[in-house]
Amino acid sequence: MYVAVKGGEKAIDNAHRWLAELRRGDQAVAELELDQIAEQLSLSVARVMAEGSLFDPRLAALAIKQARGDLIEAIFLVRAFRTTLPRFGGTSPVNTGAMICSRRISATFKDIPGGQILGPTFDYTHRLLDFDLAETGQVPAAEQGADDATAKPHVLGLIGREGLMQAEHATSNDDAIPDLTREPLTYPADRAVRLQALARGDEGFILGLGYSTQRGYARNHAFVGELRIGLVEVEMDIPELGFAITIGEIEITECETVNQFQGSKTEPAQFTRGYGLVFGQQERKSIAMALVDRALRWRELGEDYVGAPAQNEEFVLSHCDNIQATGFVEHIKLPHYVDFQSELELIRRIRGEAGIQADLENGHDMKGAAE
Amino acid sequence: MNQIMQTAETGPSTDSAKAAGGEAYNFAYLDEQTKRMIRRALLKALAIPGYQVPFASREMPMPYGWGTGGVQVTAACLLPDDCLKVIDQGADDTTNAVSIRRFFQRTAGVQTTEVTGEATLIQTRHRIPETELVAGQILVYQVPIPEPLRFLEPRETETRKMHALEEYGLMHVKLYEDISQHGHIATAYSYPVKVEGRYVMDPSPIPKFDNPKMHGSSAIQLFGAGREQRIYAIPPYTRVHSLDFDDYPFEPMRADQTCALCGAEDSYLDEVIMDDEGTRMFVCSDTDYCGGRLEAGHEGQQGDAT
Amino acid sequence: MATTGLEGGFANAPVQSAQTFRAVLNAMAHPGRIETVSAAQPPLPMDPAAGAVLLTLADHETKVFLAPSVDSDAIRSWLTFHTGAPLVASGAADFAIGHWDELLPIDQYQIGTAAYPDRSVTLVVTQPAITDKGTVICGPGIQSTASLNIPDTALLDFNANRSPLGIDMIMNAGDQLAAVPRSTRLFDREKR
Repeated sequence: MYVAVKGGEKAIDNAHRWLAELRRGDQAVAELELDQIAEQLSLSVARVMAEGSLFDPRLAALAIKQARGDLIEAIFLVRAFRTTLPRFGGTSPVNTGAMICSRRISATFKDIPGGQILGPTFDYTHRLLDFDLAETGQVPAAEQGADDATAKPHVLGLIGREGLMQAEHATSNDDAIPDLTREPLTYPADRAVRLQALARGDEGFILGLGYSTQRGYARNHAFVGELRIGLVEVEMDIPELGFAITIGEIEITECETVNQFQGSKTEPAQFTRGYGLVFGQQERKSIAMALVDRALRWRELGEDYVGAPAQNEEFVLSHCDNIQATGFVEHIKLPHYVDFQSELELIRRIRGEAGIQADLENGHDMKGAAE
Repeated sequence: MNQIMQTAETGPSTDSAKAAGGEAYNFAYLDEQTKRMIRRALLKALAIPGYQVPFASREMPMPYGWGTGGVQVTAACLLPDDCLKVIDQGADDTTNAVSIRRFFQRTAGVQTTEVTGEATLIQTRHRIPETELVAGQILVYQVPIPEPLRFLEPRETETRKMHALEEYGLMHVKLYEDISQHGHIATAYSYPVKVEGRYVMDPSPIPKFDNPKMHGSSAIQLFGAGREQRIYAIPPYTRVHSLDFDDYPFEPMRADQTCALCGAEDSYLDEVIMDDEGTRMFVCSDTDYCGGRLEAGHEGQQGDAT
Repeated sequence: MATTGLEGGFANAPVQSAQTFRAVLNAMAHPGRIETVSAAQPPLPMDPAAGAVLLTLADHETKVFLAPSVDSDAIRSWLTFHTGAPLVASGAADFAIGHWDELLPIDQYQIGTAAYPDRSVTLVVTQPAITDKGTVICGPGIQSTASLNIPDTALLDFNANRSPLGIDMIMNAGDQLAAVPRSTRLFDREKR
């Protein structure tokens, strides 16, 4: 006898309990604390904050713990939390020129005012597994230089002084800057919207697109004019006070690329810019973002659309969000009995009719042959 | 000043439904500003039947593809004294239906039901209930891809133009090519409809068996696509025509079987594979309809069907 | 009746705005049907139903035009405090509030664009009374016909000529409201 499957509620409860048990793992092993995640998995935390569009290392650490280390799941948790937060208003533009840099490099000049700062990078580590890390132990302290809190000029600004760098349009009205999380995305999208989408877009997707531009799919001849990582202050205008106050300090990575630009009859040749800015230390993402930003600017810069994916604004923006992507890709595991049944019925009908037709035709042929 | 005032209004402390775990949510989860934005979109959607209104879909605590659009529409419509029914594939007890129903029990404290006739608001994925909906009921559809032209033209910029110009030739060509290739229109679900003679609309992935139920329905039909940020609607008593040709009229389709449990001959059926030999049986996809018939004493050839 | 801008809002915003919205949703889905709302008490002479509609639908993202009869300091500060909606000239409005005569001419409002017909005004028109007698209308949401004392049938012709662009209207009187979306037609015209 057939009994329809019941008990969805019980199944869900049991699944959740099992999941919680697996998340904790062997109880004989010490439980992860949020501080440990925030301190020792800080690059994961940075990615979760960036793609979750919420700067809060502790919440990101909690999300990573709850998600069993699945970063996209953690980003999702942060996003869903973010949605419930009231919006107080917009901050003043962050002044990255005043950044206290922990790392600052330029690939275009050997030396720059303020100096190159190698900083904490994997760049020149030899990727050899460090078996000492398998054991816990003390790390020798790095040599401490003198504190350098002086503002460092942007390298692209220095090039710009010579008129070689195309100036960016200043947006005077902050209210005119759209908020991707509060307004539906429509095309063509403003550069501000594109940059927002790229900043919270999936690192892997943006990386692949950026890479594709280097391999010739809308190549834009990028040099890393400057990559800087460090702390900036976030300020907000308080109308009741009549002035801006600092509401916090965040770590960000900023990448500005210098790209070739063919001048026109009316405009002498100038370099153009690709721009990447991400929460935390995320060099890979910020460089890739700058490449994609630059590729998406083909229309305003009068370049040819060569049909490259990285140039296609609608393609990039509608597919770069990993929460949207993972939801829709994974949703096909949900029940689709009803739609599938309708296709089954249709294909049987078509095959059935085709079969009758084939029989008729065969019969006709045989008859014809006999004649 | 306004923003600070609004913060007070939207904060979770205001008239929140207290959850069992002590967490506080605003009534029906969404903050008031978000509800206003969705409500405005819903009203324009009703005023322009079949037209997809862009809305700033929020991130919900469930994944895109699980019904975030439907959930937001439901949350924007829900009243504390509503009676909510949630179905997925026609059934009240599928896991996602259970999950969404729980979400609203928890965040809005509403009464729920499995009986179609008792519900004031029904959220559905992939089906329209068999029991005819009546005036005063609201049916909220979860929609994955709201754009009926999307698989013919992937660019939103282009499909928007086509709707603006009422240029639906591409769709007719596609349907016609189906006929010349297969002898049938090869669309079995998400079968496109024209609403009030103007907009071509995706009815969500309901089987085309359900399409006729949309036409002239007494209920308010609302469609929410969260990931794609679109809301659209069919007011009651509205003309909904499934696209077809004079020589190939639209034909709703169901398995040519009766329900093994309740013996229904008019309901949409799920096919169930019973054993390794491929024995099959057919049962109503609408669990409430089937249950109602069983209670009324109807009987099918339970278990004997092949 | 409220005397200051701080009063006369929804005491229980999530529930009262949900109730008001459901009334407006039902009205918009059933052109000509008369719904009852309550709770909002805007400064006089703004109608309570008009006030409830604004509290439910307006915020800092919507632009509101106040016609002269409701354009007072008291109403402005009430609306600003409770909704944050920017007050604008008629041509830019998402919502325009007032009596029919002072909202004319209707061609001054946004009717949407071919690509985005939803980017259009909703008129909130205060009447002395709403009755189910008057113009016989038909269209989506109406089973066969309905009757409503629409202030001016010119709106129906205006919309019919611009479909699917157009102007949507919410009529209000005291605690009652009814809606006439752009899809509503004059029954007499359709018959011919």
